[in-house]
Amino acid sequence: MDNIIELKGIGKSYNSKDYIVRDINLTVKKGEFVTLLGPSGCGKTTTLRMIAGFETPTEGSILFEGKDISKVPPYLRPVNTVFQRYALFPHLNVYNNIAFGLNLKKLPKKEIAEKVSRVLDIVDMEGFEKRKINTLSGGQQQRIAIARAIVNEPEILLLDEPLGALDLKMRKEMQLELKQMHENIGITFIYVTHDQEEALTMSDKIVVMADGAIQQTGTPEEVYNEPSNAFVADFIGESNIFNGVMSGNMKVKFLGAEFECLDDIEKGAKVDVVVRPEDIVMVPYDEGKVKGEVISVIFKGIHYEITVQSGKNEIVVQRTKAAVIGDKVGITLDPDSIHCMKREKNVNRFEGVLTKKGTVMFADGEFECNVSMLYPGSEVDEEGNLTDSEGNIIEYAGTSVIAEISFDDIRMSDDADEGGVCGNIFSLIYKGDHYNYIIKTENGYEYILNDEYLWNENDYVSIVIPKEAIKLMHMDSEV
Amino acid sequence: MKKYFSRRYLGIPYMVFLILFVIVPVLVILYYALTNGEGQFTLSNLFGFFSSGYAIGTLVYSIFIASVVTLVCLLLAYPAAYILAKGRIRKSNVLLLLFITPMWINFTLRITALKEVLTAIEGNISYYPFLNTIIGMTYDFLPFMILPLYTTISKLDDTLSEAAQDLGAGSAKVFLKVTLPLSVPGIISGIMMVFLPAMTNYVILDMLYNSTFIMGSLIGSYFAAYDWHNGSMISIILLFIILLVNIVTGSFTDDGAGRRRAVL
Repeated sequence: MDNIIELKGIGKSYNSKDYIVRDINLTVKKGEFVTLLGPSGCGKTTTLRMIAGFETPTEGSILFEGKDISKVPPYLRPVNTVFQRYALFPHLNVYNNIAFGLNLKKLPKKEIAEKVSRVLDIVDMEGFEKRKINTLSGGQQQRIAIARAIVNEPEILLLDEPLGALDLKMRKEMQLELKQMHENIGITFIYVTHDQEEALTMSDKIVVMADGAIQQTGTPEEVYNEPSNAFVADFIGESNIFNGVMSGNMKVKFLGAEFECLDDIEKGAKVDVVVRPEDIVMVPYDEGKVKGEVISVIFKGIHYEITVQSGKNEIVVQRTKAAVIGDKVGITLDPDSIHCMKREKNVNRFEGVLTKKGTVMFADGEFECNVSMLYPGSEVDEEGNLTDSEGNIIEYAGTSVIAEISFDDIRMSDDADEGGVCGNIFSLIYKGDHYNYIIKTENGYEYILNDEYLWNENDYVSIVIPKEAIKLMHMDSEV
Repeated sequence: MKKYFSRRYLGIPYMVFLILFVIVPVLVILYYALTNGEGQFTLSNLFGFFSSGYAIGTLVYSIFIASVVTLVCLLLAYPAAYILAKGRIRKSNVLLLLFITPMWINFTLRITALKEVLTAIEGNISYYPFLNTIIGMTYDFLPFMILPLYTTISKLDDTLSEAAQDLGAGSAKVFLKVTLPLSVPGIISGIMMVFLPAMTNYVILDMLYNSTFIMGSLIGSYFAAYDWHNGSMISIILLFIILLVNIVTGSFTDDGAGRRRAVL
């Protein structure tokens, strides 16, 4: 199979600073069903609109069968789009909506009529030719929108959350029908959705996006079973995510016990451990590697969702058998149900500069710090000057430094003036006994911190770092 | 039983107004149109109008002037309204305000000022009376054309033109096949707002043309001569012409509700 479309280093920014998407690399094979999946604002729709031609990438190129089409206007591209709100023409009836593209190509009337009736058959809407758009239900409009796109026999069909406006039952039906349609007509589908279940059901390949960048590309099984980072694990399916440490060859320690696993990561590495709720086995108290107490049981239809408290950690378990709140239970895990991911960052690390006031400025913020830790043997004299062991004043203002702050030492506050910088909560992931937060400042710097309590996504918070928690190092001491 | 205030009662003042100043006058006009000096029912006023060469001539000429003015207004207003509604202009509402501001200045003052401007340009306005009339009326009625067009165009869904592009339409085709058909309600209400006033506005004709060859003047001249019967009949005939225009333009768009909304 050949690559039909290739995105090479695509980026889009309006002022070359704030990127909507950046460095998107993606190849789509002919006939594939590819889904761009991510939360709203992750750049998936922008990526789709760049393929359709409604937006021009500011960086990189889009290749169609090897030819650069980045600058080709939308009406000359061999792609058709199914829009989120259908975008059917209200002044035309069903027939003329579908025939719109064919009329522009000036095909003979007879051929147009044949093609229209054929696609109406495909989308199961025979006999609706004369109907007006505003007399159709949402699901019917959806079908007409699909028919209008596929009647042009595009090389690629782009679908921008096409099922978003339908109710649950209709959506499930349409998912299967779309997949069937994809198999029958054999054209390439690029599908955008924020619904992970939809993506898992329909796709050959899923591209998980967040914050304008691709997090992982893979088959539905790959992204579900082997998520590449905690974000993907949290976004796709339900997950227990714990902090762990590799304790030996294919051994990982978390929840106070050591488990065999299948991931080969060097000993001592700090990892995120993902365990799917349905993979956890509940056993009698004495037989469990991890012991705990059932604190909640929720009936979910096909299964029970049971929360087990073990020490400070909460473990979510799904199984078909109920449990009783207050029961003491044990938990075991198979090696293949444990997925370890090496953490990209274990500590906040910023480049900064010291000021005259004895503070350090980094990542949009200014914080009090203990400058004397930079100069062994120095101390602050009664006039507030920093002196070395011989009593000479050290001029430190303007010195470039590296500042390191552990995740646990940063605190969030509602009071905007309390901390050294303010930002919005960009992501939060529950990790058994605490939440892991990423706070983004105005200029896009990220502070990562752990907090026991639940804050809301997008909350505006100020970041408080105690003086002693900022570990300063000379810039050149970095290896 | 306690009586509750019904929301319906809020309509009473308007109903009174409507009956006193709209329905009753129309009935009075209808009465005068269909009677003669002795108060007897007659259709002679109607036949009189259609047998008078001067009256028919005035009607035809009024329709001609009104058509030209409406067309010029439409050609000027559409691009302006389009740019205001869709162009990426900052502060487009300020620009819109500039288009509307002349409406807030006293009508006679405006036309007198225009007369001075035209005199300054042309030397003597009696050289180009017809052109001046068209300019004057266009100047006066343009905001009435821009406003409904602006309202309609700014409500157009941008994804529709994207969909048209996606299906292979270049910008000219997008305009002809999507934007223009969808702005028809605005065009029609613009025409309605300009055509009738242009047909009866005798002040501009009087001041810039020194002519009274327009329907408004004709009606006025009958009433000035205390011939209320013929004057009323001409008003009724005009009313029918407007109704006719309304029905004819209405048939271009089958979305009657949308058009009425745009008129309002």
